[in-house]
Amino acid sequence: MKEGHNQIQTSKFGMVIDLDKCTGCGACMVACMSENNVPFREDESDKLLSITWMRVYQISNGKPYPDNEICYLPRPCMHCEGHAGHSPCVSVCPATATDYDSASGIVSQIYTRCFGCRYCMGACPYHARYFNWWDPVWPKGMEQYLSPNVSPRMRGIVEKCSFCFHRYQLARDKAYYEGRRTIKEEEYQSACTQACPAGAITFGDLLNPGHKVHQMVLPDLNHHGRPRNPHAFRLLERLGTNPKVYYLSGREWVRRAGDNYVQGEKQAEHH
Amino acid sequence: MSTVEEKVKESSEHAASAPAKAASEKSGGEDRNAGAGGPITLFFILGLAASLVVGWVVFPKLLYSQKSQPFDFNHALHMEEVDNGCESCHFFREDGSFSGSPRLAQCVACHEDVQGVSEDEKIFVENYVVEDREVPWLVYSKQPDCVFFSHAAHVKGAGMDCAVCHGPIGESDHLKVYEENRISGYSRDIWGKNISGIKRNSWDRMKMDDCAECHMETTGRTSSVQTKKDGCFVCHK
Repeated sequence: MKEGHNQIQTSKFGMVIDLDKCTGCGACMVACMSENNVPFREDESDKLLSITWMRVYQISNGKPYPDNEICYLPRPCMHCEGHAGHSPCVSVCPATATDYDSASGIVSQIYTRCFGCRYCMGACPYHARYFNWWDPVWPKGMEQYLSPNVSPRMRGIVEKCSFCFHRYQLARDKAYYEGRRTIKEEEYQSACTQACPAGAITFGDLLNPGHKVHQMVLPDLNHHGRPRNPHAFRLLERLGTNPKVYYLSGREWVRRAGDNYVQGEKQAEHH
Repeated sequence: MSTVEEKVKESSEHAASAPAKAASEKSGGEDRNAGAGGPITLFFILGLAASLVVGWVVFPKLLYSQKSQPFDFNHALHMEEVDNGCESCHFFREDGSFSGSPRLAQCVACHEDVQGVSEDEKIFVENYVVEDREVPWLVYSKQPDCVFFSHAAHVKGAGMDCAVCHGPIGESDHLKVYEENRISGYSRDIWGKNISGIKRNSWDRMKMDDCAECHMETTGRTSSVQTKKDGCFVCHK
């Protein structure tokens, strides 16, 4: 019994977002907010104060009409692995509130542990972390619609995308009940993945060659998960944050927009 | 003589005279304080005793309010009637989630009408079954909102007995008084009955440290980069 219980599936959950499929509709943002009890304010016009675990950005190739092209870029938490789990936010958290779990690859945020110093927000190069400046106030009756699987946050703490890890917990519950030790690909999918009408988001285990995410990016695990698919890239690859969210695009300028380059610099070759 | 030597001489003279001076003062001082020493010492001893009583007896009483369940329930009696032990009423759903306290629908099969002589059953049937109202049980082991607990992982996965965490509730004839922490609103079963935190049985407390201790011993997982223990979100949500 004991040995069997200890054998947990070592996974590295990740996401692949096909930017050529994304239409920028924002369904992923809506699904995320309702799934994770993300608070909102009466006046959301100041986007610097909005909390959006998943956020769709618009990028442009900067050329004038008729050569102008735009691309929508959904940005969840990248769940960076860094080197051996030392992602930027985890390294700086003085409260042990954010943690890298090497068995699943998930960067977790424990809200009751966080005391709101916001070091992690400063450390995150992707602006994926948000601070609760106020206690959440739900429109009358909306408390009844909150998900019981995600604990609501309070004023003064930081929150971020969790890769819907409560769904991972529930999937494992079911697996335990059925006497399994592993979960199937379709049993753990994030809310944004399921909500995307264009099928632009794919979620799964990057270590499992049977999972779609692995087949799409072919991560080179000897080189910090660098994608071997020439159309795949990660945001700010050169910082070495080793993110687990990959983007796909057939367009050169989109892939180039994923990192900061000095003018005239050639894009680094994958090797 | 140089100034340094002078100073050394001066200080050594001073040191030599100091004990003598202190001794002469002491003999006089003893006479003067003899009267007040007793009451002052007594005052501090009594004060200490009073503080200990306040801290260990009065404060815990004030900290927890006592609430009683809607009506009494006899676990032992029901255990004799059912086939599948605890899981007869506290069962798992097909998706692996745990049902917790039974709903009215499960009880109605037997308790459609009053069938015994128990006063509590009469309350149950008249106030809840007839009115079709769920019983507002006070759950002793209710955890804070930030806690994710998987019954499936413990009972099905690790094959643990219910009593390891819940104690021998199944053998009890009566429900105990529910004590609620006036500050946090949590049940006393989380902190434990013993205010000093001494733990004799595995079911005495349900704090995070108790969970973590057992996880470390039985799973030995070290997947958390921060703590070198089991991952935080394994038990948090």
